[in-house]
Amino acid sequence: MPDTPSPCLLDARQMDVHLQRLCREIVAAFGNNESLALVGIRTRGLSLAERLAVMLQEILQKEIPLGALDITLYRDDLSELAGSPIVRPTEIPFSLKGHTLVLVDDVLFTGRTIRAAMDALLDHGRPTRIWLAALVDRGGRQLPIQADFMALKLEVPLDQRVSVKVKEIDGVDGVFMETRV
Amino acid sequence: MPSERYLFPHRHLLGIEPLSPQDITAILDQARAFEEVCERPEIKIVPALRKRLIVNLFFENSTRTRNSFEIAEKRLSAEIINFDADTSSLSKGETLVDTAMNLESMRPDLIVMRHAAPGAHALLARHMKASIVNAGDGAHEHPTQALLDAYTLRKRFGRLEGLRIAIVGDIRNSRVVRSNLWLLTKMGAHVTLVAPPTLLPPGLRDTWPGITLSNDLDATLPSQDAVMMLRCQFERGTGAFIPSQGEYARFFQLNAARMRRCKPDVAVLHPGPINRGVEITSDVADGPNSLVLQQVTNGVPVRMAVLFLLCNPHGEQVP
Repeated sequence: MPDTPSPCLLDARQMDVHLQRLCREIVAAFGNNESLALVGIRTRGLSLAERLAVMLQEILQKEIPLGALDITLYRDDLSELAGSPIVRPTEIPFSLKGHTLVLVDDVLFTGRTIRAAMDALLDHGRPTRIWLAALVDRGGRQLPIQADFMALKLEVPLDQRVSVKVKEIDGVDGVFMETRV
Repeated sequence: MPSERYLFPHRHLLGIEPLSPQDITAILDQARAFEEVCERPEIKIVPALRKRLIVNLFFENSTRTRNSFEIAEKRLSAEIINFDADTSSLSKGETLVDTAMNLESMRPDLIVMRHAAPGAHALLARHMKASIVNAGDGAHEHPTQALLDAYTLRKRFGRLEGLRIAIVGDIRNSRVVRSNLWLLTKMGAHVTLVAPPTLLPPGLRDTWPGITLSNDLDATLPSQDAVMMLRCQFERGTGAFIPSQGEYARFFQLNAARMRRCKPDVAVLHPGPINRGVEITSDVADGPNSLVLQQVTNGVPVRMAVLFLLCNPHGEQVP
């Protein structure tokens, strides 16, 4: 939780511009030939995936299937996790088979969330391939995982926290830097 | 949904009585995530309790509860030991505490126990580091059954608060009814117990002052959202409290004629196993209002939720 004023890395308008650009990069990479689907990692990755889905549908003029993933049950540090909130359902209302998936998260840090997300996804089916989109890559990886699409790439010291806020949950859009307590 | 700051505070599930409405809601909400796991087309398993050791310790016969727990444990990737009381040292005279100490030395993370003595689970909880789950203790409590009943009702009606629920039949010998009374009254449902006077033990309203008692099923049915039929527990001596099965059925059996007195969308529940033709007829038990098999289905995700919440450290713990 923040105890110092949070420097703003992206404001609402900049965040929207970056998401638009992410969206165009995804379109450029896949064209309209692939059967594209998005899966957002709860909670804020899902909010971003919902926005990307709307943008992609506008550009590609077709339905983009959208799923929601809660990775808690697949975490590698579950037994050390004190005070985790109630795990919410994973909702993937389409068959993964034959789809090119773009996994969407807000901040890419150690890579462990993405490892857990891939394990969870593969238990739901066998997509053709999985790409990773993150709004912010803040460095500090502990696993060999990289983003295919990202808006902002930073090297942030470990005592700093990068937090993405979204209107639906936090009442405001933006990317902020906070000091860990 | 409880707030994100809520933390499940219990290490054991000895009964519904010690749980707060928020704890109950947390278990039911958590079960939704596990229902999704159970309904996946292919891999119905998550690694959430990998490397955890769970002992199933059953001193009384049980098929569906034990199978349901075992499926729940397997779907959470736990390691399982089934400790069969018949073949164990207990038949050689070992005390429960000695059995517990021996189990403890094998370092289990959680013990699921069914035992005829109401205090057995609390005794075990005092002697062991493992979490204890009560899978039924005599005629006292059967908390996971009440939780799966509540899950089934909440799924059907979208809420528990304000629901009118009749629990009918062998109140005297039922542990299910005690757990359900705790749960439903805590969650704000209106409960009516219906039974012949001989099967309604005295003092129920001292513990649950808000409930209604009745000997008249026909008069009770029209106002109810759900009817929960209890099994006549002849193996516990119910036969001594009723004149005959035929006479009992005449006044307390849920059958097609009585269904016509109910709301058209009334939900019919039964914890099983069913005595077909005694407390309920087959056409009702298998009919469109019956949620009996959904109760069994929902038992697995609800038990997964309980095991998961107890096995993972959550905030400051209370017994």
